[in-house]
Amino acid sequence: MEVPRFWRETRARYNLEGVRCGNCEKVFFPPREVCPDCHRASIGRMEKFKLSGKGEVYSFSTIHSAPDYFKDEVPYIVALIKTDEGPMVTGQIVDWEDGEVQIGTRVESVFRKISEQGKHGIIQYGFKFKAVRRALK
Amino acid sequence: MRDVAVIGVGMTRFGELWDRSIRSMGIEAGLGAIQDAGIYSTDLEALYMGNMASGLLIKQEHLAPLIGDFVGMGKLHLPATRIEGADASGGLALRQAYIAVASGLHDIVLVGGVEKMTDVGDARATGIMASAADQEWETFHGATLPSLYAMMARRHIHEFGTTQGMLGSVAVTNHYHGSLNPMAQFQREITMEMALESGIMADPLRMFDCAPLSDGAATLILCPVSRAREFTDKPVKILGSGLATDSLALHDRETITSLAATRIAAQRAYKRAGITFRDVDLAEVHDSFTIGEIMAVEDLGFFESGKGGKAALDGELRIDGSMPINPSGGMKARGFPPGAAGIAQAVEIVHQLRGDADRRQVKDARIGLAQNVGGTGATTVVHIFEVI
Repeated sequence: MEVPRFWRETRARYNLEGVRCGNCEKVFFPPREVCPDCHRASIGRMEKFKLSGKGEVYSFSTIHSAPDYFKDEVPYIVALIKTDEGPMVTGQIVDWEDGEVQIGTRVESVFRKISEQGKHGIIQYGFKFKAVRRALK
Repeated sequence: MRDVAVIGVGMTRFGELWDRSIRSMGIEAGLGAIQDAGIYSTDLEALYMGNMASGLLIKQEHLAPLIGDFVGMGKLHLPATRIEGADASGGLALRQAYIAVASGLHDIVLVGGVEKMTDVGDARATGIMASAADQEWETFHGATLPSLYAMMARRHIHEFGTTQGMLGSVAVTNHYHGSLNPMAQFQREITMEMALESGIMADPLRMFDCAPLSDGAATLILCPVSRAREFTDKPVKILGSGLATDSLALHDRETITSLAATRIAAQRAYKRAGITFRDVDLAEVHDSFTIGEIMAVEDLGFFESGKGGKAALDGELRIDGSMPINPSGGMKARGFPPGAAGIAQAVEIVHQLRGDADRRQVKDARIGLAQNVGGTGATTVVHIFEVI
């Protein structure tokens, strides 16, 4: 029964909802119960904090050899995104063109299907990222 | 704390061992070490077994008593414990066995590592290896272990000017070492062209930047140094053991071009051993990916930060170089059964320090180091050995 495992993370996955330490104001994603800097002083003081989804590429890799659930997606890009609010987030970059994704590329989050648990399993959704392109004038 | 020595080693050849089961490999490596130490299985007081993923790979948990039974110790009712820390499971098991002997709890202990990888297909094995990373926040998004190391490699390239050729030279060197090791999975040399033109796994990492997923087992016998000469003329003392951890997920690290767990585990091991990196004659390091070896030689102190790639390219990591690394062929060429990897490193160091490493012997080797990493660096175990 895999549904609850994914269902209980949906708030964070659908909304990029992390936490901010009420003691030092540092932001964390995914959510944590304890601030690794403030320890006891942070307990019970980690407040919900929604990331804007904006940030830049810190590093990335185009995957050509994938596990079962992602086999049909290759090649796909997984990246570390340094968000504007501070936390580094792991996610896919979608809708990319060759050479478009580089270290430093500005990205924003989009809501997408992540994977399917086989033919009869659940479909999982969450955030991915795409490059911010300048609007044509 | 008592001083602890390795008095016997055993291992299977690593590779795609279609005709071997997890128990048959455990038996071969276990009996090999018992024979090498010249002990009887009735001399053993405890068994520690490193294994990463037998539950996911072959649906068999409860491995330590199983292997113990088939090595012939079933009727001894020995304490037997399985230890897991992804591909650092072997190193972790060695540390637990070391602590058990050092503390005085046990005298003669068997510590092994084993993995049966090839009973599942490549895609499934890739998914199982990725369970060493954070399943909810890395793997969920499609990240694989190669892709996480690839992101470290890309940053290393970006920050230090490391090149694909430098990564490739790690593979070329380790395949050269593997060609000298009759127990290695790959005993053929490769050229730089082969490395640079091999298929892309997760760019910038290519096939030859990645260790294979192998079957295999390796075993050591430990005892107090005070008793070691009852069994062998060339005991190898464990000078120090260091263990450090870090966040499981790469995205929670301060830096991804260096493993804090390696730096700290090494400091702890050097301190315990009373030596510095300058005293180390050779090392077996965690080269599950070529970038891992480059970071390791920097994090262990052998080369300055950002200079590991150049050292590899310049041949300094060869057995005849200034700092011989992975004389066994490493995980890249000797093969990579995740749970056995850390023990196999120790087996190689023991051979080198005893002076019985044949064609791949490093000259005048007295002090050797083994660095075993779990996942992307959430666990690193460092052991330092000296022939006495």
